Amino acid sequence: MKSFQKVDNAAFNLSDEVHEANFVGAKMKSERRYATLARDYPDADKLRETAGNIKQHTLEHLDQYLEQAEASFKRNGAQVHFAVDDAALNATVLRIMNETGSQTMVKSKSMLTEEVHMLDYLEKNGKTVVETDLGEFILQIDGDHPSHIVTPIVHKNRRGIAKSFEREGLGDYNDDPEVITRRARKFLRQKYIDAEVGLTGANFVSAESGRMVLVTNEGNSRFCMAANKIHIAVIGIEKLVPTDRDLGLFINLIGRSGTGQQLTVYNQFIGGPKKEGGQPHGPEQMHVIFVDNRRTEVLASECREILRCIRCGACLNVCPIYRQAGGHAYRSVYPGPVGAVLSPLLAGNRFPELADLPKASSLCGACNEVCPVNIPIPDLLLRLRDKAKREGAKNAMKGTPKLGMWATLCSQPAMWKTALSMGHTMNYIPTEMVPHPSAKSWQTTRKLPKFQGGEFRKWFKNRK
Amino acid sequence: MSLLHTPPNRPNGKSVQLMTTCLCDAFYADVAQATVEVLEFLGCDIELPDAQTCCGQPAFNGGDWANSRKVVRHTAKVFAGDKPIIVPSGSCAAMLFHGAPLEFEKEADLPVIQDLANRTWELLDFIVNGLGITDWPGTFPAKMTVHRSCHLRGSNSGAAITTLLESIEGLDLEPIEEVEQCCGFGGTFSVSFPNISKTMGELKIENLTASKPDVVAAADMGCMMHFGGMMDKQGNTTKRMHIAQVLRDSLKNAGKL
Repeated sequence: MKSFQKVDNAAFNLSDEVHEANFVGAKMKSERRYATLARDYPDADKLRETAGNIKQHTLEHLDQYLEQAEASFKRNGAQVHFAVDDAALNATVLRIMNETGSQTMVKSKSMLTEEVHMLDYLEKNGKTVVETDLGEFILQIDGDHPSHIVTPIVHKNRRGIAKSFEREGLGDYNDDPEVITRRARKFLRQKYIDAEVGLTGANFVSAESGRMVLVTNEGNSRFCMAANKIHIAVIGIEKLVPTDRDLGLFINLIGRSGTGQQLTVYNQFIGGPKKEGGQPHGPEQMHVIFVDNRRTEVLASECREILRCIRCGACLNVCPIYRQAGGHAYRSVYPGPVGAVLSPLLAGNRFPELADLPKASSLCGACNEVCPVNIPIPDLLLRLRDKAKREGAKNAMKGTPKLGMWATLCSQPAMWKTALSMGHTMNYIPTEMVPHPSAKSWQTTRKLPKFQGGEFRKWFKNRK
Repeated sequence: MSLLHTPPNRPNGKSVQLMTTCLCDAFYADVAQATVEVLEFLGCDIELPDAQTCCGQPAFNGGDWANSRKVVRHTAKVFAGDKPIIVPSGSCAAMLFHGAPLEFEKEADLPVIQDLANRTWELLDFIVNGLGITDWPGTFPAKMTVHRSCHLRGSNSGAAITTLLESIEGLDLEPIEEVEQCCGFGGTFSVSFPNISKTMGELKIENLTASKPDVVAAADMGCMMHFGGMMDKQGNTTKRMHIAQVLRDSLKNAGKL
């Protein structure tokens, strides 16, 4: 059985290069985040709280807002589809491509497409799909998977990428980042021109106006709508906000939280397909697919706050466990603290397979502190630990000491005091030799303190 | 507001109950003693409920909420009444005012547990925000770094610690790098993931001792048992003190105790 327990050792089997790339990449972004937020907003917590409240409100009235968004999109001239799960989403995309006689797709970054393995599905069905986000493009040619929500190739370095480009015939070995970027750009430009379909996700959607926002740093999502006639937007139902007025706050927060930028470089507002008197440029057809894929199950669970997430990655960057273990250790599309909550929930009846993820946290709360929508991630991790225990998920029990005896001891003051007075024997036992594996590994690097059980109580009683 | 929502309107009289915490009960007698001496210096009348054991945090964090609730129920019984409950540890205090209500959400006796939560104070939070002390009349000539324990995040305790320490004569408070990073203890976490925990601890010790302080201080014996145990193993002899010990010793230095 795969579990995060193995990562505790395997983290150190990562090559030094990969380990350092993960660690430095995450740490740097976290520092930039603190600096940018603090510089512009003396009370950044107020922004986080407001944004969290707006998202929570939207989730609690999601039925209403979804209907409103559907109507708004239709008013703008878009075609609206709903997909209940991964199979439905993939089938809908394929159907749109077939019905419009489309063979080739350029796509910008979307975690949702990772979630449903859309690339594999479309390629198996004879379509050509090209990832246009530089990181995702590199993952595609390497057959690799993202290890971070925002910077998917944080685990890679330029030397490896240069080798991949050489292998793919994109030029001789050259690991200068600018050369790598120029080569990718040259390759991708032609793809944009050739493709019939451009597929994007959406960062935020205003239910009021049916206006969707895409933020990128490469401008690739704009190119995905430049030459093609068909635009498909795949949107998780949790991406809604009530009004256009709310967008300013979220656009402000996503750049600062994710990459420490005051504003992401490209902020694209899409108000529908090309239409006289409406959107002046862009594809002639716009298909919006709202996707559930177990989000309504999460909404009905006791961890619904996780659906506020705007996928900025700040919690990954600040997390000491993510920094060490890297994103692939989470064995799922969403890594880090948000992933440790979201992935087991989105797994449905495969929850037990990922029930170990909520355990992979020291509950330090740094994730909560940086979250732009104030998700109480540690509380949610704790709730899932309880759920795993109640459901007897074996994966989650590994390495956790059994606490039944301890609970009995703690509820019986007489026994407790006896234990305190007898515990002194501990000082004469070489505890390093105790053959319990956890006790042993703990003590290879830590010394236990001297036992002084009952001494304080004695002092307190006798001093007056 | 963040992780911890400190209850509003907690009782703040000088007649208090002391929760020793199991770690001080078993390992750190002097920290509990310093807590008593500091509170009594401030004129507090201390009741030490004899049947107290542990706050229930190990099982709460370990995901065994059924067993944790058993311990919390015992604690609620032992600390009945209307006095403030003072805890010289950020994580045990947070267990009572934040964790316990969370795991009792669907239980019939939630009101009893909420009452326990509403009376619980972390020691330094109580001194500054409960008793209104912002100027500590002690002397402590030393260079010091402070570990900001994770369970102080979002509570009033972090600011309270800074307020008190900065007012102590002769004390040179050194900032540390990456103050938001965890020391790697996390209770059962350090047992389940000893290697990841170890690396976190090493980084913390590096940051805490980079400025070559005379003393490393914190307000949570969980963290201190962890990184202190590592420092002992490394042969690092930098002195470690609980903030309660710093407050007490500074009074002694000033001839006030």
